[in-house]
Amino acid sequence: MRPQFKILSDDLVERIIAEGFELLQDPGVRVHNSEALDLLADAGADVDFDSQIAYIPREIIERALETAPSDFHLYDLGGESVVHYGGDSVQFDPGSAAITVLDSDTKEQRAPVTEDFVKFVKLVETLPQIDAQSTAFICTDVPEEIGDLYRLYLALNYMRKPIVTGAFRKDTWWTMKDMLVAVAGGEAELAEKPIAIFDVCPSPPLLWSDLTCQNMIDCARHGIPSELVSMPLAGATAPVTVAGAVVQHAAECMSGVTICQLAQEGAPIVWGGSPAAFDMREGTTPMGAVGTWMIDTSYTEVGKALGLPTHAYLGMSDAKVVDAQCGLESAGGTLLAALAGVNMVSGAGMMDFESCQSYEKLVIDAEIIGMAKRLIAGVEARDEPIALDLMRSLGHRADYLGQLHTAKWFGKEQYIPSEVIDRGSLDAWKKKGAMTTWERARDRVAALLPTYEPSPMPDDMRSEIRSITQTAAQSFGMDELPPLPEA
Amino acid sequence: MANEILTKITRSLVECEPDETEALTKQALTTGVEPLVIINEGLVPGMEIVGQKFQSGEYFLPQMVIAANAMQQAMELLEPELQARQQVSESAGTVVIGTVKGDIHEIGKSLVATMMSAHGFRVHDVGVDVDVETFVHKVKETGANLVGLSALLTTTMTAQRKVIQALEEAGIRDQVKVLVGGAPVTQEWAETIGADGYAEDVVGAVDLSKRLIG
Repeated sequence: MRPQFKILSDDLVERIIAEGFELLQDPGVRVHNSEALDLLADAGADVDFDSQIAYIPREIIERALETAPSDFHLYDLGGESVVHYGGDSVQFDPGSAAITVLDSDTKEQRAPVTEDFVKFVKLVETLPQIDAQSTAFICTDVPEEIGDLYRLYLALNYMRKPIVTGAFRKDTWWTMKDMLVAVAGGEAELAEKPIAIFDVCPSPPLLWSDLTCQNMIDCARHGIPSELVSMPLAGATAPVTVAGAVVQHAAECMSGVTICQLAQEGAPIVWGGSPAAFDMREGTTPMGAVGTWMIDTSYTEVGKALGLPTHAYLGMSDAKVVDAQCGLESAGGTLLAALAGVNMVSGAGMMDFESCQSYEKLVIDAEIIGMAKRLIAGVEARDEPIALDLMRSLGHRADYLGQLHTAKWFGKEQYIPSEVIDRGSLDAWKKKGAMTTWERARDRVAALLPTYEPSPMPDDMRSEIRSITQTAAQSFGMDELPPLPEA
Repeated sequence: MANEILTKITRSLVECEPDETEALTKQALTTGVEPLVIINEGLVPGMEIVGQKFQSGEYFLPQMVIAANAMQQAMELLEPELQARQQVSESAGTVVIGTVKGDIHEIGKSLVATMMSAHGFRVHDVGVDVDVETFVHKVKETGANLVGLSALLTTTMTAQRKVIQALEEAGIRDQVKVLVGGAPVTQEWAETIGADGYAEDVVGAVDLSKRLIG
């Protein structure tokens, strides 16, 4: 039996979904994208083109929820299926689009550049606990107009794992698509075995901006999966109650699934989000608040009830340094996400809300993720009888260490952490330099990076994506891309 | 009698009973209390207490915003009465505030607008995703002496600089103090782009505004 976290009664799930349907009819959803408005109108929704509001009848949404696939896979660059969106599969990727990186030497946040991004991608490759890459932060050494596609370009050069990404503009999506097509070997091949998923974010309350709506439609039409990132801010841009915020989330996501399915029936789309319980003193968006975790796990249950794959931003911290708060918040969110069966949990490495990425936090989070994955693997009998024969054979002797039974099972029963987690004796700890978690994490980063194995991408493919990126860079005034750091 | 109703107005703000504030303000007017007295001895002391309670940690943002909205509602009742008497309420300053082009983040900007309004500023909130020309035009139109520019994205922060440049080009940069704010904004950034000040939160923004034009 797999341990599971349930937070909503069946009755509450039904009421949330029912209110979501109601909201899309009154007050409707704002859609600042003409193509989506046309799709909705053609499907029979009542569309006010002047105010750009769509009033969507329940039947249209229900049909979209039917045609949206309940599961799909992401593939690594070798063509292996390594991420399963659907059921109770649980996978992790780093938090995306941070604006700073925590400098390992100064412990200060600073503007990230190409070298930082590549180091981060390599580190993710070396961490088996982390299932997918993400376009984790925004490099400041290229024009901001290509900030989104440049991240993907860098990642593709160094990664094997699939990637969670997103576009910041309508036109850059096409450049990113071209890169993915080049790497997958064709549009059909990319649709058959997607290597990337795009985050698409409605704005609370009940708004689809032109950009993100177009990204979602373009993804759908090319068979590229998209991931809804609805972000009700409970008490500020959404009702303050957990259930109320989840109603808003449901309505936003249902409108997204509807637009996506109207663009292309059967296109893969994920019920996801990055909500927060608004901090009533600081006016901030705490990702480490228990209220935030409750909204995330609640909407995950709603998504599962509707038969859709799920995603959540969990496992982050609001702390500004890698300290006790950082650890406790990241662990709390990660464990809950795993227990709730969130298919893709984004957040590893991320801190200071969603502002900063840290290499050291990433390797600590990898340990938390390792523990969480062990937890949800659950308790099994392993043997029949469970222990009777073994314990009778040993009688009252405490001699289990030398038993074959122990050798056979300990690797499966226990999650064995790296040296980031200290479990030595006091003396041993002192002899090793009496290091804090931060210091051990820094050593671990340094130890892992040399183990990175360069991606086997052929040279002609590398030059093709470089040329695609170079063309985009040139149209925004950058003649030559920064050189790629050595693999 | 006047004292009693003024105390009640103060209390209604502190206890977050906006309907009560409105009813008591009306009642005070009909019983002949001067509008300036209602403002200075009823409403303003209430807002001051709410501000103190927020800073001491007893109150949170919802109480601040509800009290500020109640104050604004009462002011709407009082403004025509002041005009009829050819009086003006004491203004701390006139501010044009908005979120810069390309950015649709509203909460922080609106919180600052609400709180400045509650602290006696005349606030012209030009909304979100506001282009440079709108800021310049509004400053000219209102004769504002403060401009508040909000940006929540690193990609839109640069628009704060563009507004400052446009104010210079329009020859009205000296007329206004420019405040910048938003999650990625820092004191260093404010200095880099030639803003007059940066505040990291709502209370800080109100204090800074008072200091800059005081």
